[in-house]
Amino acid sequence: MNNRKNTEAERLTFWEKMYIPEIARGLGITLRQMFKPKDFVRQYPEQRWEPTGSFRGRPVLVEEDGGERCVACGLCARVCPALAIEVQAGETPREKERYPEKFEINMLRCIFCSYCEEVCPEEAIVMSKDYEIVYTSPQEAILGKDELLVPKAKLQDRLEFLRQYK
Amino acid sequence: MPQFEFDGQLIETKPGKTIIEAAYDNGLSVPHFCWHPELPVAGNCRMCLVQVGMPAKDREGNFELDENGNKKINFIPKLQIACASPVQDGMVVKSVSDEAIEAQEAVMEFLLINHPLDCPICDEAGECKLQEYSFKHSKGQSRFDEEKNHKRKRQLWGPNVVFDAERCISCSRCIRFAKEVAKQDVLTFVQRGDHVTIELFDGTTFDSPYSMNVIDICPVGALTSPDFRFEARVWELSSNESISHFDGTGTNVYLGVRNNEILRITPRNNMYVNKYWIRDDARLSYDFVNKNRVTQPLINNNGTLEEANWEDAVSFAASKLDNFRGDQIVFVASSKATNEDNYIFNKFANEISKTQNVIYFTHTDETRIDDLLGVSDITPNTKGVEELNIGKESKIKPNDLAEKLKNGEIRAMYVMEEDFEDYPEILEQLKNLSFLAVHSYNMNKKINHYADIVFPASTFAEIEGTFTNLNGRVQHFTPALVTKENYRFMGMKMSRLDKFGADNDRWTNHEIRDSKQSWKIIQKIAKKLGEDWNYTKSSQVFDEISQNNPSFSDMDYKKLDEYQGLVLGKGNNPDAKQVNYISHYLKPQQTQKVVKFKG
Ligand code: SF4
Ligand code: SF4
Ligand code: SF4
Ligand code: FES
Repeated sequence: MNNRKNTEAERLTFWEKMYIPEIARGLGITLRQMFKPKDFVRQYPEQRWEPTGSFRGRPVLVEEDGGERCVACGLCARVCPALAIEVQAGETPREKERYPEKFEINMLRCIFCSYCEEVCPEEAIVMSKDYEIVYTSPQEAILGKDELLVPKAKLQDRLEFLRQYK
Repeated sequence: MPQFEFDGQLIETKPGKTIIEAAYDNGLSVPHFCWHPELPVAGNCRMCLVQVGMPAKDREGNFELDENGNKKINFIPKLQIACASPVQDGMVVKSVSDEAIEAQEAVMEFLLINHPLDCPICDEAGECKLQEYSFKHSKGQSRFDEEKNHKRKRQLWGPNVVFDAERCISCSRCIRFAKEVAKQDVLTFVQRGDHVTIELFDGTTFDSPYSMNVIDICPVGALTSPDFRFEARVWELSSNESISHFDGTGTNVYLGVRNNEILRITPRNNMYVNKYWIRDDARLSYDFVNKNRVTQPLINNNGTLEEANWEDAVSFAASKLDNFRGDQIVFVASSKATNEDNYIFNKFANEISKTQNVIYFTHTDETRIDDLLGVSDITPNTKGVEELNIGKESKIKPNDLAEKLKNGEIRAMYVMEEDFEDYPEILEQLKNLSFLAVHSYNMNKKINHYADIVFPASTFAEIEGTFTNLNGRVQHFTPALVTKENYRFMGMKMSRLDKFGADNDRWTNHEIRDSKQSWKIIQKIAKKLGEDWNYTKSSQVFDEISQNNPSFSDMDYKKLDEYQGLVLGKGNNPDAKQVNYISHYLKPQQTQKVVKFKG
């Protein structure tokens, strides 16, 4: 649904429409930044950057009560534009009946779009803060359930973010 | 013939038809859950409510007109169910008026009150009628915020059916199917109102050989198959039209394929063959395609089968077969192979090996006979082989093959897609042969051990061809699985995952077998022996059969597809096209084909 309102405040003003003054203004901002002294370099890896909840790092599975929340519905695999996710369901005696017997994300395919997170009916897959994604072989980049499961407590920031903005 | 108006369209129909039948006959539809063309009308879901009226008449019998000069319609004050209201001449039906839509939306809201909405874990999702109607005929909102009713999930009704009481919308299709079609009246509603559920009568199980059809006709995911349960989401499967390989009925099926494996077989309508049904044994008969396949030619080297490439294997077979002519060699054709394969096999025997000794064996199971789809023949093409005149002039008959093998009269044998598993007396004597070539599907067949060369034959799911069922209906099918041979042809027919998989994706690690369709193997050998055979497609072989054999005259693949099969000898006189009712279907690949017919 297109619920964008074309309000008075959103429309371009006359001067903005004139284009040239806007270019000058933009250049002005750039030039001002150039002469402002700033600390650009971070001493990585000693000095790490801690992303906020809105950051989209490596997708992970939420672990709750010693098991995954995921019910292996396969929606994330279906929606994934890069076909990074593979889910194979299995049956469990638990109330939810289904669980992922196999859950693999191919990090060489993943494009960090967070569609999987958005489509998941169980809030079982979320984007983590992990941005250090390095592998030495293509096979290593396919993460299984053991590497994907992260306890819920560690994902609080993201879950909180989703609750507010999703 | 009564004529009536349906949503402004004038429809002519046969007397005695209900509104919903008349609508479907004319390519229109009415939302419904409980109605099914092959089951008695129950009228209990109320989804098909429509407005029904008759033109008003004055005392003289003339139509009353309104101020615009249109006929005045007296609508019945309450809405009527289209599935149980017979059509009358001059009737006016509205299925998309405000009143009807309001009623349909209300019924959907009621149905969804206690529905668990657990689509993420429901096998039906993606081909669910309730899901479909939630989009088409519902407001998408519920005013019910109380606690939902909970019922028992995972009840085993029989060996092949699992029932989830929560998802059931009480349409009673399964109960009516069990009683009227499967003739095993063991299911019944118990309790009332929102506590209603289905139970088996004490001490019974639902184990009819047709039990799994309830899974297909159930409009929701209340009935699932233990065999397919949670195996895959339906949208991950490619759904290819095919013909069941399991018996002589020629049941029309869909093959659900992912990762180059058949994961399920479901029935496809053909009103002249299987209607909407399939036997459970045929449905569950796909393991031989997935497992234990011969994937490469094998040459016997002093008792061990060694893998060989096609070039070597064909040269070897050709050089050996060249030594045997006339009565020294017997060709065993197969009722498991297509008409095309048998035709080329027979041609090879007659023209190259100069022998009339082509025979075939029958495989039967008398316990399967019933009056629905069960036949004793457990091969798909017996009638076809017979019709191709195979074995008519053979000096050797199937019955005395064992004897002739024993006394060494036969020195070589070429066996196509036949394993003799139920003819142990023949298997035993195979050791006396100096040369035996076989086309085999599976590694675990005993005949492979006697063979000098084993060619990997493609199964019905990997080839294009025709089977002739026991009623003489010739039906065409195309491949659903990929082999090295048909890889390019398959392209868009593969499931999404198979289409887009790369080398380092584990989800597409399927085996692409190097098997070939039997007639192509035979043609390779023939070419090696200097014949110039140049068939490139199965359709060419079929066209040749059609020219040479009067029973198959006037048939080609296009026509076979168009009429859902043609009966032998009636190629120019096809059965009338039937209306294909599909209750609910896999979206988006499998589209609802509605064939219009007049009369
Ligand atoms: S969408 Fe969520 S519940 Fe479904 S398979 Fe993906 S992670 Fe599991
Ligand atoms: S029956 Fe249909 S609507 Fe109900 S849970 Fe299953 S897929 Fe969803
Ligand atoms: S189980 Fe399915 S077919 Fe049977 S009554 Fe319930 S919804 Fe209808
Ligand atoms: S289809 Fe008419 S009442 Fe169910």
